[in-house]
Amino acid sequence: MLIEYILFIIFAVIAIMSSLCVVTLRNPVHCAGYLIVTLLQVAALFLLCRSPFLAVVQVFIYVGAVLVLFLFVVLLIDVKKASMEIFKPKHRPLAYGVLAILLIETLVVIFVGGLEKIRLAAPGAEVKVETIGRELFTSYIFPFEIVSVVLLVAMVGAIVMAIDRRG
Amino acid sequence: MNFAFSIQDVLGVLPEIIIALGACAMLILDLFLERDKKEWVAYLGIFVVILAAIASWCLINTAEPYVMGRMMVIDNYSLFFKFTFYLATILTLLLSINYAKSADLDYRGEFYTLMIFSLCGMLVMASGSNLITIYLGIELMALPIYVLVGFLKNDTRSNEGAMKYVILGGFASGLLLYGMSLIYGLTGTTDLAGINAALSAGTVSPVILTLSIVLMAAGFCFKLAGFPFHMWAPDAYQAAPTPVTAFMAVASKGAAFAAIVRVFLEALYPAYAEWQMILAVIAVLSMFYGNTVAIMQTNIKRMLAYSSIGHAGYALLGLVAGTGEGSAAIMFYILVYTLMNLGAFAVIIMMRKTGKVAGDSIYDYKGLAKNNKVVALVMLIFLFSLAGIPPMAGFMGKLYIFMALINQGYIILAVLGILTTAIAAFFYIRIVLFMYMKEPEGEFDLVKSCALYIVIAISVIGVILLGVVPGSLMELASKAALLL
Repeated sequence: MLIEYILFIIFAVIAIMSSLCVVTLRNPVHCAGYLIVTLLQVAALFLLCRSPFLAVVQVFIYVGAVLVLFLFVVLLIDVKKASMEIFKPKHRPLAYGVLAILLIETLVVIFVGGLEKIRLAAPGAEVKVETIGRELFTSYIFPFEIVSVVLLVAMVGAIVMAIDRRG
Repeated sequence: MNFAFSIQDVLGVLPEIIIALGACAMLILDLFLERDKKEWVAYLGIFVVILAAIASWCLINTAEPYVMGRMMVIDNYSLFFKFTFYLATILTLLLSINYAKSADLDYRGEFYTLMIFSLCGMLVMASGSNLITIYLGIELMALPIYVLVGFLKNDTRSNEGAMKYVILGGFASGLLLYGMSLIYGLTGTTDLAGINAALSAGTVSPVILTLSIVLMAAGFCFKLAGFPFHMWAPDAYQAAPTPVTAFMAVASKGAAFAAIVRVFLEALYPAYAEWQMILAVIAVLSMFYGNTVAIMQTNIKRMLAYSSIGHAGYALLGLVAGTGEGSAAIMFYILVYTLMNLGAFAVIIMMRKTGKVAGDSIYDYKGLAKNNKVVALVMLIFLFSLAGIPPMAGFMGKLYIFMALINQGYIILAVLGILTTAIAAFFYIRIVLFMYMKEPEGEFDLVKSCALYIVIAISVIGVILLGVVPGSLMELASKAALLL
């Protein structure tokens, strides 16, 4: 248990540090790189929760597909021009104010929320891919089908938005 | 929770299946049509919606409401909303046919098809009895609308509105999902009845529960454009093609109400004391903000956007009452709101001068009554109804909401609601003044289209009928309302 605890701290700290880099760095390529690091750490956290399937899916979809696609897009645009604007000085107090409120809220939830008393609905044993597949195609067949319609809509919408029929 | 898949499950979701397959058929039909015959896609869409309505009609008073392993519930509450959505979609398609043709939109077939897909999402939202189905329904409803808002691709304003809507919509979905996942963590289930049972047992951490309620309320209020989650609404409403604005204003808002009422009354009712205050604050702020900012608008679509924020506030008050009576009042209000808003948008589309996408300024209505008495009169009926002046249906809708509040002892909320109604009357009646008291500045070149006349006729009849004899429909709504 102690080893798991130490591992959790390591993964969580790296995840938070790299996600800070994602939002503070100016160069989009560096941001994407750090986002990959963050997502890999989250995948590791899923492993600690005994869900290898989620971990693998996380790596496949986010790191493998989404971010690679993102990097392709960055290749196509001018990185120097696209480097992100930071907050204008006059907007900074507002941003810091919102940050402070969020920080206080998080602290309240952590220290007053009674987090230690919550029993999470954790699965008893390790979740196998087979179990997930079985559930997905029996109990969750209807949501599964809705997702397929959502994907169809996304495809139609992307085509409508992207192609200019008049040339 | 395995379940044996039976014919009952398929019959229960038959309307959704018909709509999804029908939308696919529309996509295919679109391939075979010439550019100037695309309206047949819309006619097929109307036919599909009527088919689904018949299928829904056969499901009224079903013995086994829960289907698909409790993922969906086919109760009369969901059916009432579904019929409202069918009506809204048919009327919007009728509004679109002429608009799409005269604006010479590209991808007209997809324009109609995306609306039908969005309708499918709304049906799922109304019927979902599990947080997962409700969330997926919201995504399926919103995704086509994001595309529809940005449909005027060469108009930078349309792009901006769509962009804002997509980014803020994604953000709101994230908040909603976070709230839902916290609820799942607390109760160990996503089934609405299961959540209710777990919350009633009273072993959950109140702070986390409040946090998840706040997050879910924020996510839902974004979809129904309540203050302070309304930022996207004015830009998206103004920028979208006018039929899409109408569709967003009535149908997507109605679907958001169908879902929020079910989630908060069926699943989160044990925590009523916690969410009632949150929603009351959102409702009151929405009423005041929407109705006061609307006064300053000169673009009629933007004005109706702010007025829709106010209307969302009124309807939310019905949920604050937290009773079956309140939810029946919401159902009635959404139906009435659909009719009067679509009617007003039909007149706006009619006013659009040929070849010009603009013509949305409220000053364009100066002197309309001089030569176009009928159009001015129906616009007056819709505006009076939106303002809540008897004998129009809008008045009855507000009356039922306020009655539900007063019966629960929320006198102050009812008084605040009536106060904002008085503010709102100002900007609706200003347009009536322009129409009747000013001299016309130029010739009116109104769009003449059979489809528009049908929409206006249905809306006018509905608004007057529901205003004069609301009893039978309200009785239907009360019987269909969620039982607590």
